[in-house]
Amino acid sequence: MSDNYPSDVLYTEDHEWARIEGNLATVGITQFAVEQLGDVTQVDLPREGESVKQGQVFGSVESVKAVSDLFAPLTGKVLKVNTPLGDSPEYVNEDPYDQGWLIQIEIASPAEVEKLMQPAAYAAFIRENAD
Amino acid sequence: MTEATTPPPAPRKTPLYDAHKRLGGKIIDFGGWALPVNYAAGILAEHAATRNAVGVFDVSHMGEFHFRGPKALEALQKLVTNNVARLADGQALYTVACNPKGGIVDDLIVYRVAPNHFLTVVNAANIEKDLAWFRENAANLCAIDNESDTTALIAFQGPKAIAVLETLGADELSMMPSFGFRTDVEVAGYATWVARTGYTGEDGVEIFCSPADAPGLFETLVKAAEAVGGSAAGLGARDTLRLEAKLPLYGNDLSDTTSPLEAGLGWVVKLDKGPFIGSEALVAQKTAGLQRRLVGFVMKDRGTGRHGYPVLASIAGTPGVVVGEVTSGGVGPTVGKNVGMAYVPAELATAGTQLFIDCRGKTVPAEVVSGPFYRRP
Repeated sequence: MSDNYPSDVLYTEDHEWARIEGNLATVGITQFAVEQLGDVTQVDLPREGESVKQGQVFGSVESVKAVSDLFAPLTGKVLKVNTPLGDSPEYVNEDPYDQGWLIQIEIASPAEVEKLMQPAAYAAFIRENAD
Repeated sequence: MTEATTPPPAPRKTPLYDAHKRLGGKIIDFGGWALPVNYAAGILAEHAATRNAVGVFDVSHMGEFHFRGPKALEALQKLVTNNVARLADGQALYTVACNPKGGIVDDLIVYRVAPNHFLTVVNAANIEKDLAWFRENAANLCAIDNESDTTALIAFQGPKAIAVLETLGADELSMMPSFGFRTDVEVAGYATWVARTGYTGEDGVEIFCSPADAPGLFETLVKAAEAVGGSAAGLGARDTLRLEAKLPLYGNDLSDTTSPLEAGLGWVVKLDKGPFIGSEALVAQKTAGLQRRLVGFVMKDRGTGRHGYPVLASIAGTPGVVVGEVTSGGVGPTVGKNVGMAYVPAELATAGTQLFIDCRGKTVPAEVVSGPFYRRP
């Protein structure tokens, strides 16, 4: 299993990441999540303009064997959706922190960012919960 | 007194467990067996490698029972629906074994080794159940020996499988007919039985060997496969391959409350061979007409119909009442569609019938199709 925890993003216990740039957050799932899922075959995401709420389901990621809910790391309004994932869900497997991004949101409540984990804390979380 | 909780037993290992770890296998507990769902390449890559070249599968967990004695044929004719009497030495057939109500105890392959010696290969999950059932009904007719623990089994499946094995010394394997088998085949110096059977919809074989020989043979087969673009393949690919070929899976598509007639397996039910366990019930069912049938469907919109998802009728193009549920379903990587199977009322079981699948609250249109989703070229 790789130890791929980029330092420019924050993490959640649901194995998602958020890259904060001003009041914008780009969201995706982590390498750990990708390894658990296997080949991603379909991604279901909200539409631009929809609202997402921290900790609530905003979509799902399907792999060959399973469906996994996606939980919003932050509350906000969806500005952009990574629509190429419709034809190329494999981007999530190949490049989960960049080309495999899921949505970009306008952050409603900057204080929520404090609840996200730093890379080192996420790495420790993974180790503590390893099977 | 407090109740001591015992942890669940550790899953059993096949002789190839170490090989799976070395190849980067992601090991899961599959019905009590430690087996890889996939290796480093992943399910989709292993599926493609099997369709394009050759996939190497550890299926040693499956059950092998030997029926020996002058009444072995009589025993099997009683237990299974297909006509075992038509087999010659070195031939095998696919069949089901039914209970008195016509429900399916298991699906299996029966191989005739000699007039008084037959081998049956059964599903791993049903080893204990089948052994007890077979002995209860036929132990008075012949010896039934469970040799599962002393038999390793490797499936070698794909368009290049036969040619690769011939390079490994398996002479004239291309001459073996489908469902033929030989007990004298040397593969890379190992003594094996080889049968031209499989569960992927591809050409290929299943290779029986001793547990001691299995690791060396498996390693040789994987290297030979990789040399032609193939690879080791795990349970995940095994499932996507058989699903595309529309091969039923016991526990999903077949069970002791589904009859072979309902399951589209009427072709293995030979009611004219004489009575067998379940034959009366099946005759009655055939006479009365089937209430439901197992059908294949393809998703017509984004969505994957998975095991357990409700199936709804289509009323003027909109979702209507629930008429069944998906028994097997998932992605069909080669055919490029999401596919599945479900029991539906007989009147909806014709190709072209529109359905909806309830995929976690979202109803997605689907269509009944006849025949396998994938046919090898």
